[in-house]
Amino acid sequence: MTEAFLKSDPTGSNELAVTMSGDWLLSSNLPGVEPVLEQLRQLPGLTTVSFDAGGLGKWDTGLLIALIAIRHSASERDIEFDDADLPEGARRLLTLAHAVKEREGARRHVTRKRFFERVGETVLETWDHGRQLLAFTGELVLSFGRFFRGSATYLRSDLVQHIQEAGAQALPIVSIISFLIGMIFAFVGVMQLNMFGAGIYTANLVAVAMVREMAPIMTAIIMAGRTGAAYAAQIGTMKVNEEIDALKTLGMEPVDFLVTPRVIALVLMMPLLTMYSSLMGIIGGLAVGVVMLDISMVQYVVQTVDAVGLNSLFGGLFKSIIYGSLVALAGCQQGMACGNSAMAVGQSTTKAVVMGIVLIVVSASVLTVIYINLGI
Amino acid sequence: MQDPQAQIVVENVTMAYGDFVIQTDLNFTVNTGDIFIIMGGSGCGKSTLLKSMIGLKAPAKGDVFYHGESFWASDKTQRDVMKRRFGTTFQAGALWSSMTLAENIGLALRQYTDLSDEEIREVAAYKLMLVGLAGFEDYYPNEISGGMMKRAGLARAMALDPEILFFDEPSAGLDPISAKLLDDLILELRDSLGTTIVVVTHELASIFAIGNNSVFLDPVTRTQLATGDPRELRDSHENLLVRNFLQRGMAESSTT
Repeated sequence: MTEAFLKSDPTGSNELAVTMSGDWLLSSNLPGVEPVLEQLRQLPGLTTVSFDAGGLGKWDTGLLIALIAIRHSASERDIEFDDADLPEGARRLLTLAHAVKEREGARRHVTRKRFFERVGETVLETWDHGRQLLAFTGELVLSFGRFFRGSATYLRSDLVQHIQEAGAQALPIVSIISFLIGMIFAFVGVMQLNMFGAGIYTANLVAVAMVREMAPIMTAIIMAGRTGAAYAAQIGTMKVNEEIDALKTLGMEPVDFLVTPRVIALVLMMPLLTMYSSLMGIIGGLAVGVVMLDISMVQYVVQTVDAVGLNSLFGGLFKSIIYGSLVALAGCQQGMACGNSAMAVGQSTTKAVVMGIVLIVVSASVLTVIYINLGI
Repeated sequence: MQDPQAQIVVENVTMAYGDFVIQTDLNFTVNTGDIFIIMGGSGCGKSTLLKSMIGLKAPAKGDVFYHGESFWASDKTQRDVMKRRFGTTFQAGALWSSMTLAENIGLALRQYTDLSDEEIREVAAYKLMLVGLAGFEDYYPNEISGGMMKRAGLARAMALDPEILFFDEPSAGLDPISAKLLDDLILELRDSLGTTIVVVTHELASIFAIGNNSVFLDPVTRTQLATGDPRELRDSHENLLVRNFLQRGMAESSTT
């Protein structure tokens, strides 16, 4: 392999002769064309740029980009580009590359935005998202009206399937997480409360924490990652496949058909899953308590029953309904707002989970304040 | 104001996405029994025009009239009623993936007719037979090939015996034989059911095989350049762009 070589000399008064030889391959070390361009710019009275490519060996795109740069620079100054001595193939590729003129205005100018501009845009975008969510909530309320009046179109089999997916199929993961959370709470309780000789109150700690706070929150977060994400992905994919357009052309409401059954399924299943989660947490606590404290199972159970009142139970269940509807809302809204590409589906799914979790935590704080004030 | 044969009249329609104008001042008429082709280069707004005609996207200006009745000036309930008179097949079929083919076809029937479940199933089976998919009632869309999905999409579009069928790129992605079969099917539907058909396509073979009326959209001037029988446009239209398109770029620069 011979090294690529480039030389340019002005010959006569108005011609620039460019000599190219050696192998012009992208993978080899190519000489820069900048000296040639410099001469094209500097030499006065040039009318032609010609080539001597007799010693040219193998070539690929490496040669072409050099030629295009020279040709571009030449045409800017009305200098003739004499390609007679270039290899036949290279000439034809050059012609092909210039066959279709660059469309005016097609080239994008990438401008970097300033920091404040970006902050401002993000704020406006967030505001916009908030409004979309509100508008979607409104649509959903209207759709619920139609659902309960019986004028909404949906498939009963779809509803049953959503209930199964959001209910029974979530049991295994809810079991494991809740059981372990119950155990962790019990460990903490045993270590701390034993210092005061009050180890038995571990049962209270676990039961109250699970029933009032942890079961609703943990179940909701599991459902946000599991079901909320699935809703966003399912509806988003349907949008990409024009399935939602197909519903609209038949005069059917996509919200009635796709969103309302999903929201109802999740809202129905959340309290049940939450109760189940509380139970699993208490069993986890019991396992730790019985092993680490010197108490019997009966004692632990009696202590638990004393600790949890109906107030706590209903308080927790009410929370779970709120969280469930927020998770379903976030999932479905992101799905319906999905763009028209595979990447957009992924983004919607991510947003659905993030939004779901944020909504859960914010509403949990608000609810806790309300509960404290009401003395529940 | 309009001649009685006119089934669809598109009047002064301008389409835009936000500030980005796609097509302006579209005016054409689709007559009853026409196979009407919406053609033009890629990205000229053919599919967007279709969306404006079937109610998926409101035009920025102008209106579409069905039998003289304004579509976009009507309220939503009226529009929904009008929509039931047309069927649409989408580029990739757009079948609802959680439902079998029979359920896909049956959904509109269940919604808008009083038929029993058995009757609905019979109708669905019959529509599938029409498009050559007899026996596929209980298949899910992901279990059949792309060409079959398009035909199933057509069966779904025909569920309510529509007066007008809209096709978005029916032959895109089909092999030549399947494309030909679909063209034959479209002709057959027009002849036997008297359905008016509007097709978005840029497949020349299809255009000449089925079309008897058309509109040509140009992405550069952003308006229609021609309307009429595609064969006449090919042979004698004054605009070189139109002839070039219809002759695969082989048109000579002077009209013969």
